[in-house]
Amino acid sequence: MSVTTETARPFSFGRFMAEQMRNIAPVFTLIVLVIFFATQAESFRTFDNFMNILSQASITGIIAVGLTFVILTAEIDLSVAAVANAIGILVAYFTIQPEYVNIANIPVNGLIAIVLTLVACFTIGLVTAFGVVGIGIPSFIMTLAMMQIANGISAMLVRGQIAYNFPDLITAMGSGSIFGIKWTIIICIVFMLVAHLVLTYTRFGRYVYMVGGNREAAEYSGVNVKLIIASVMIIGAMCSGIAGMLGVAYFGSAQQNQFDTYLLDAIAAVVVGGTSLFGGRGGIGNTIIGLLVLGVLNNGLDHIQIDSFLKILIRGIILLAALVINVYAQKLKESASD
Amino acid sequence: MADIINLATGGTKPPAQPGADTALILEMIKVSKSFGGVQALQDVDFDLREGEVHGLVGENGAGKSTMMKIIAGVYHGFEGEMRVGGKQVKLGSPGEALAAGIGMVHQELSIVPDLTVAENVFLGVQPLMAGGVVDWGRMKREARKQLASLGLDIDPSTRMGSLPVGIQQLIELSRVLFSGARIIILDEPTSALSPPEVARLFEALGRLREQGRTIVFISHFLDDVLAISDRVTVFRNGRKVVTEETSNLTKESVISYMIGRGTAEMHMGESAELSTDNNLPVILSAKNLSDGGMIRDISITLRKGEITGVYGFMGCGQIELARALFGKGKLTAGEIQLNGKTVSFRSTSSARAAGIAYVPENRRMMLFRTEPVYKNVSIAILDKIDRILLRPARERAIAQRHIEDLQIRPPLPNVALGGLSGGNQQKVALAKWLTEMPKVLILSEPTRGMDVGAKEDVIRIVKSLRDKGVAILVLSTEPETILTLADRITVLKRGTVAREFTSGHVDKGDLLAAA
Repeated sequence: MSVTTETARPFSFGRFMAEQMRNIAPVFTLIVLVIFFATQAESFRTFDNFMNILSQASITGIIAVGLTFVILTAEIDLSVAAVANAIGILVAYFTIQPEYVNIANIPVNGLIAIVLTLVACFTIGLVTAFGVVGIGIPSFIMTLAMMQIANGISAMLVRGQIAYNFPDLITAMGSGSIFGIKWTIIICIVFMLVAHLVLTYTRFGRYVYMVGGNREAAEYSGVNVKLIIASVMIIGAMCSGIAGMLGVAYFGSAQQNQFDTYLLDAIAAVVVGGTSLFGGRGGIGNTIIGLLVLGVLNNGLDHIQIDSFLKILIRGIILLAALVINVYAQKLKESASD
Repeated sequence: MADIINLATGGTKPPAQPGADTALILEMIKVSKSFGGVQALQDVDFDLREGEVHGLVGENGAGKSTMMKIIAGVYHGFEGEMRVGGKQVKLGSPGEALAAGIGMVHQELSIVPDLTVAENVFLGVQPLMAGGVVDWGRMKREARKQLASLGLDIDPSTRMGSLPVGIQQLIELSRVLFSGARIIILDEPTSALSPPEVARLFEALGRLREQGRTIVFISHFLDDVLAISDRVTVFRNGRKVVTEETSNLTKESVISYMIGRGTAEMHMGESAELSTDNNLPVILSAKNLSDGGMIRDISITLRKGEITGVYGFMGCGQIELARALFGKGKLTAGEIQLNGKTVSFRSTSSARAAGIAYVPENRRMMLFRTEPVYKNVSIAILDKIDRILLRPARERAIAQRHIEDLQIRPPLPNVALGGLSGGNQQKVALAKWLTEMPKVLILSEPTRGMDVGAKEDVIRIVKSLRDKGVAILVLSTEPETILTLADRITVLKRGTVAREFTSGHVDKGDLLAAA
């Protein structure tokens, strides 16, 4: 037996392209967008603008990291933005507010506020996980309910008011910089790095991919599928919560409905990047590309003369194209491995 | 030869024997059909008389289903001639067959559980009033009349899903009747029915016979066939062996026609000499298991270094039994003991942790097609070889060892599993459980759909595992598989243990007779 023949069949360019479709298409899209905007707008191709894109994408990025785990197991979490909002408001609720902010809050020490908020966030994840694996509610519906519940918590806590103060650590991390780089960018990169290492090099990561790839097979191989799915739902909630805490500091205020656009952005980033909606394929690398595609698109459209209403339509069309490629790539991959 | 105990109630012979002069309603002349080089039917003559119940028996793959699917218009394009009522016909689809008066009720019922009985009876052909509005009143009246003709008194507005399977089947039958079928083909109609339901079906079939309709009754249950049929046709290896008046047949003679004893050479797995040793330590014992559905009071004992075979027809509860032992599916009664300790698995992962391994009947159910072979092998043992971080080099080495031990082709741990042949995929499914010897290995249909070479490999592997002291449970609907592998045999019938063979000579006929 020869060791050099790594594949059983002769190399085929067509099959390689078919298998790599989901990775190639987003990178190609990103390159095309960057070239387009760079040639159209001088203000786009500056270092400051590049950092601006990263900074805009960083909060979405942290949410998208958690969502990547969820989507890899072929589940979905629609509550991410609402949870981020509720957790952002909760951390403000535990902080002394200016006198003119009329909220019946419970100020505590900054670090304790952060810990309490994280516990609350974990609890939300636990409730979602219980609903999905314990009761058996499809994640699509369960997280829709959790979205409403989280929005309800937000509303109850701020009652239409706006909170401005947060624990010092959160303010520093959310709005501060180091060596001219926003902390949120660094934190987002750390989250991505850790998530990538977990997904690629740990047993848990392998289980996430296998459960997403063929849930039944994972179960018949003795994998605790429920535990894995519960874990990714909790990871999703925790990432959202941390993004929410940083996000309110990034915005400088905490109020109702502040994260509404983040749900679609985070899902779009994961899917545009090429992570399969059917689970088991993709990863953090894909999510990074997806974030950059959306970030460049959002930012670039501001730099060229374009109707701001048309912008929304263009985003929708890009997302639809990504979904088509996502489903098409899945079929190509399946037929290529037959 | 072991005794044959007839567990079924004898059943009554049909009251009327249509004479040989009764008109032939259907004639199939010199019919041949092949699928991609495999000859499924060869020069088969077959006919049906008006107003008879015609039993059709034969092993899996004998050609009976192919013949019926040709008659029902499912397969078109065959050699030979088909005549209905003396006139030659060519059927292009099941719809054309129905128009010619031929309807089939398949084993898997095509009912819609959430619709009412009336809607199911009229599925796709609802009576309409002017303006395209469904005529509910007429639908219910007609449905009630239809059902009454089968001896059923059911409110047509009952939800279909709330009725027992036996009734659902009769309602589907009434749908075929309503569309005007004169020839009705029933595929395995009794496999999911309890004895009283079988009696009710037979009563309904009796009424249809009196109305002059012709019924083809395909079944593995020879007692049922002999109880209801006027004539019986036996298929074997794509040929018709015999068509005979039921009064001239016994269960034993039908079995010998089916397996061709005395005329054909003995194949591997036609019979076995069982020798069991009750001194071997019991690894797993299940007592009085029930799940409120397919499993009804099954007890089974697995011993160290012994292969227990479980034989039965499709739908006898095998699959559910295997799943229950692997912690999937809920049991309503009974107790499972592993090494003398009572266990209750709440998930497959707790069953695996306790040392139980399971290879399901469908390879897709436990393999990841797009993943490389080594990941398919390591998934079941990741927690044994890694703590937190993965060690892919170790995984590949383990996979490579299995590849060499089990002679998996191609011998490459990195190739995607989907590129392997069925037999090799099955070996990968086995390899998964062999890195750390399981205490109990449950194999469902371990050799189904494999070529001879791969089959022999799998059999050799399973036997070597037994010799290493694993308690093995093999479940199959193929008697050859059971007879080749098993040291002791349990035969299941409709969810209960019908018979156990522990010693002496057993052959295929014994298994068929017991099931």
